[in-house]
Amino acid sequence: MHSRQRRRFLSVGSGLAAGLLGISTGAKAAPLARSPGLPVSAYGQRARYETSQRWLTPARYLASTASWSPLADQLGIITPSALHYERHHGGVPDIEPGAFSLLVHGLVQRPLEFTLEDLKRFPVTERICMLECSGNSYREWQGPGGVDVQQTHGLTSCSAWSGVRLADVLAECGVMAEAQWLVAEGGDAARLTRSVPLAKALDDTLLVYGQNGEALRPEQGYPLRLLVPGYEGSISVKWLSRLKLSDEAIYSREETSKYTDLMPDGRAQAFTLAMDAKSVITSPSPGRGPLLPGFQEIRGLAWSGRGRVTRVEVSTDGGQHWQDAQLHGPVLPVCHTRFSLPWRFDGQPCVLASRCTDETGDVQPSRAALVAARGVNSFYHYNAIQHWRVDADGSVHNV
Amino acid sequence: MSRHAWLLAMLLVACAARAEGYGLGHAVDAARLRAADTAIGPRGVELPPGSGSVAAGAELYGRQCAACHGAHGTEGPDPVLVGGQGTLASAHPVQTIGSYWPYATTLFDYIRRAMPFTAPGSLNDDEVYALTAFLLAANGVVPQDTVLDAARLATLRMPNRDGFIPDSRPRH
Ligand code: HEC
Repeated sequence: MHSRQRRRFLSVGSGLAAGLLGISTGAKAAPLARSPGLPVSAYGQRARYETSQRWLTPARYLASTASWSPLADQLGIITPSALHYERHHGGVPDIEPGAFSLLVHGLVQRPLEFTLEDLKRFPVTERICMLECSGNSYREWQGPGGVDVQQTHGLTSCSAWSGVRLADVLAECGVMAEAQWLVAEGGDAARLTRSVPLAKALDDTLLVYGQNGEALRPEQGYPLRLLVPGYEGSISVKWLSRLKLSDEAIYSREETSKYTDLMPDGRAQAFTLAMDAKSVITSPSPGRGPLLPGFQEIRGLAWSGRGRVTRVEVSTDGGQHWQDAQLHGPVLPVCHTRFSLPWRFDGQPCVLASRCTDETGDVQPSRAALVAARGVNSFYHYNAIQHWRVDADGSVHNV
Repeated sequence: MSRHAWLLAMLLVACAARAEGYGLGHAVDAARLRAADTAIGPRGVELPPGSGSVAAGAELYGRQCAACHGAHGTEGPDPVLVGGQGTLASAHPVQTIGSYWPYATTLFDYIRRAMPFTAPGSLNDDEVYALTAFLLAANGVVPQDTVLDAARLATLRMPNRDGFIPDSRPRH
């Protein structure tokens, strides 16, 4: 534990004890400002005491790796844009919005090119939606891997997105009857390319230019990205530059060599797009300093790419008994959903776990069930129940 | 032009441009469409003219790729490109172009769009054909004397072509 955390832990602990006994701690009242503080500012910053940050996967090239959201620090269901997870295959390009255009062509009656201003004139749509990389929790396939919840589950984030319905833009071009797929290409150095089933593209897929009340962050695809709700993150192509309607998928490297799921028999599943029901306890969780004995809430996040979270159960005995946690609104489809359960840590070692059920009836599987069905070399789409062991000294571990 | 005639002309332009909808977006000429149509599907219809030999590819590979992918494409440090056939059902599968990729067109497409990693887009189409030929030969997919072009590439059958099935994840 850092010394700063330890001090806080000690002062909170002794303050709590003194408070319960009704004894004055002699603590001084918090200092109130006696002189004017900083002036108004054009673009705000968080308090200088707040240090939460993304964790970067160590890699040879930081242009093709990932950064993970600090889920244990997240409050509410919206991830601050600056802390939204990243996965790029060719770095973050610098795209001047005035020079941006989106080309729509292929099996359409009218191939058209749209400027950003053109796209912003279509009827606006707002949607709160989570994204999750299908590689989230990949280390856990081989057994407990990540040292904390950021490293086990941080490749998911949730934002309020602003944009337009892709269906409106496609209608403008006149989609031909033979079209089955939409091939989306990014303007980054990797020219990342993914095929979206046309039915999904026309259903609820968006072209988004806004995130959490302002323009997309560069890391999130500025100035325009696809948002394919509930599907693995990489299909929501960032820095979108081209959409081609086609009668077949493109079978890009990102949907053959990668983002396919190898099974024990040597075959692989392709176009495994929907993200399954999943949850994790964010508090208590490893690396946050030892647990204080006594009352606390077990808190966490649950989500599903297939719809709303309808139930989260929590176990304090490694999955032998389960209790329903309380869900905190808003509970939205394909969104992070908060849950909590009141609990007392009595100093006895225990194993905490959470289990999510979504509105399709899917229940988050045990690790044993997942591995029995898919082996350990699938890499993508790991959504098993996560266990945290709490030791008598209050330390918490990934098991 | 009289005001009336001008309005009529504008109306005709608008009707020609769009039968219905919002009237947004700009027409694109054929040359621009051809130039943009660079993503190569499995039928290979988008493949450009040009050709390249395994020998030319070996030379290019040594200069532009080996430092990251290894002299034989097996040593890394960056992704292994060669070998791994017969390992997919083992405890330690090696997923490469030769052992895993279902379509040869994907290789041409990916090299042209994304490699070399630090200078994507710097290779001309003959060079991409040559590198594709070299990596396919190294994986035993084509003979060493191959000269690859659009017609040949589009008809190649990859060893793991039938290794993929649709999403069949069990719903728990
Ligand atoms: C600076 C190092 C570097 C150089 C030089 C380089 N590559 Fe790569 N290559 C990479 C990295 C890194 C990746 C993985 C990129 C990713 O996944 O985002 C990669 C991926 C690939 C892949 C896909 C592998 C797979 O299994 O999916 C192929 C094919 C490839 N490179 C071919 C080439 C060729 C051909 C050249 C020479 C023209 C080349 N590379 C030069 C670093 C390099």
